[in-house]
Amino acid sequence: MIPGLVAIAFLVIPLVGLLAEAPWGSFGAILTSQVALEALRISLVTSVAATAIAILIGTPLAWLLAREILPGTRVLRAMVIVPLLLPPVVSGVILLTAFGRRGLVGQWLYTALGIQLPFTTAGVVIAETFVAMPFLIITMEGAFRSLDGRFEDAASTLGASQWTTFRRITLPLVGPSLVAGAVLCWARALGEFGATITFAGNFPGVTQSMPLAVYQALETDRSTAIALSLVMLTVCIVVLVALRGRYLRPAST
Amino acid sequence: MMINTNFTAHRGEFTLTLNAQFEAGTVVAILGPNGAGKSTLLRSLAGLTAIDTGSIVIDGVTVDDARNIFVSPPARSVGFVFQDYALFPHLTVLANIAFGPRSRGGGRKASNQIADEVLAKLGIAELADRKPGSLSGGQAQRVALARALATKPDVLLLDEPLAALDIQTRAQVRLHLSEQLETFSGCTILVTHDPLDAMLLADRVIVLENGAIVQDATPVEIARRPATPYAAALIGVTLLRGNITRGELTLEAGGTLYSADLGAVGPVLAVIRPESVSVHRVQPEGSPRNVWPGTIMALEASHDRVRVQVAGPPAVVAAVTPGAVAELGLAPGTRVWLSVKAVDLDVYPTHLDPTGAR
Repeated sequence: MIPGLVAIAFLVIPLVGLLAEAPWGSFGAILTSQVALEALRISLVTSVAATAIAILIGTPLAWLLAREILPGTRVLRAMVIVPLLLPPVVSGVILLTAFGRRGLVGQWLYTALGIQLPFTTAGVVIAETFVAMPFLIITMEGAFRSLDGRFEDAASTLGASQWTTFRRITLPLVGPSLVAGAVLCWARALGEFGATITFAGNFPGVTQSMPLAVYQALETDRSTAIALSLVMLTVCIVVLVALRGRYLRPAST
Repeated sequence: MMINTNFTAHRGEFTLTLNAQFEAGTVVAILGPNGAGKSTLLRSLAGLTAIDTGSIVIDGVTVDDARNIFVSPPARSVGFVFQDYALFPHLTVLANIAFGPRSRGGGRKASNQIADEVLAKLGIAELADRKPGSLSGGQAQRVALARALATKPDVLLLDEPLAALDIQTRAQVRLHLSEQLETFSGCTILVTHDPLDAMLLADRVIVLENGAIVQDATPVEIARRPATPYAAALIGVTLLRGNITRGELTLEAGGTLYSADLGAVGPVLAVIRPESVSVHRVQPEGSPRNVWPGTIMALEASHDRVRVQVAGPPAVVAAVTPGAVAELGLAPGTRVWLSVKAVDLDVYPTHLDPTGAR
């Protein structure tokens, strides 16, 4: 029991510390400062964009993985999980080698189309998508997998096209999982630091998202860092509460 | 309207070979043990599984020839009642039933109207706004049937339609199903592993074992002369039609038997398992309520037992050991006495109305 209590203390004390040192008096002023507002804006825009991309391309991939349609499904699934395990800074390096101006795809993008991804807001979105999409894919793969295939069979014998079946049967049935996967993905994108700073840099107003702003503020203005941290903590708690039915209960299967 | 099939299809390692015709207005039961290929058969007809060789022709139109032609499930006029029903859990009963007409191009209003009509026809209009999760097994079965019928299919496929039900509701739902199937004008193919379903619902029974047809005949014929040990064990029973009142069963073929079932009233199908029939050389005295004389017509060895066909009335099949045959000197022409305990005479009502006046 005692090691368990130690673990609780270890997890709770830092939170208390953050609350104790919070600059409650100047909280409003800090959060409305230009640095904070811009970081907030960039974080919101990029994390929502990353989540949208993940939904658009991650959901179909999850379906392919669940139905084991592509050859080498096991290898593919491992590839999907790699960004989850990789240190984010390494993810940033990987992205640079692929999409950097001299990278595999990046040099072609730059010379042929004049598109530069690193050190742009789009680069932030790329970094966040790379790191956060696996959360959505894994959640959705589980949902597709546990979906009874006979619902789709039944819809098909009743005369529904594949698209109608997907829209009216499959999607509503996996809807709750899609919401959960999207929220997890979004939360991960919101907190992204390592890959972002490596691939997109730390330019206020362009690539400086909340975590980057916190990191920078910590070196110059500790109370700003703490205030921004509190905002992020609040977001985490809101997400947890929103998903309480799903993740605050012990796993049943 | 007719279905002509002559094909092979596989699922995993398993291969099904089917060469059979199905006619409109008849109910064909596919009976067989688990893994016999029953579900593969239905899936091939519905287009959910493509066939490997041969062809399937529905109403003169080739829907699958294993090469160039494959009509996808939505384009086939097939209604499918799935095992455990597969009702869409997020839609109301009405929306479940309207799903087919809507998917086939009907407007929302027209489709809902069709669904309303089908619900009324099946006597379950009050379920329209319920979600499938709140239905009992018997209700879900009827909704599944309504959903399949709402597209007005030429072919109705039912995969173990009663397997999900407990024994009490099963008899009742079976009767309702029987009534609905009687009014359906297309081809009905019903898969089951319960011989009683086959006997009570079907005009014709195909026994499927290890992916091949081993027998194709009427229920009465199969009951009398089962072709394989599996068929013998499951359906090699004596079937007798009659009228019952307070346990006294007056048989259509002549004679009277007694059942322990005092509740049943009206027309019934009585089932006597061969193992329940005792064969004696002299008139026995004891507890069995049913004792009558008969003449042995035929003896058939079937695995570890001998099936003895006895003319009555009523005629029955008894199963005895080879030792008993030798000891009693049983042979065609031998006069014997038969006995069956009243508790071994199972009766199944054949009409919904308990008075039998229909």
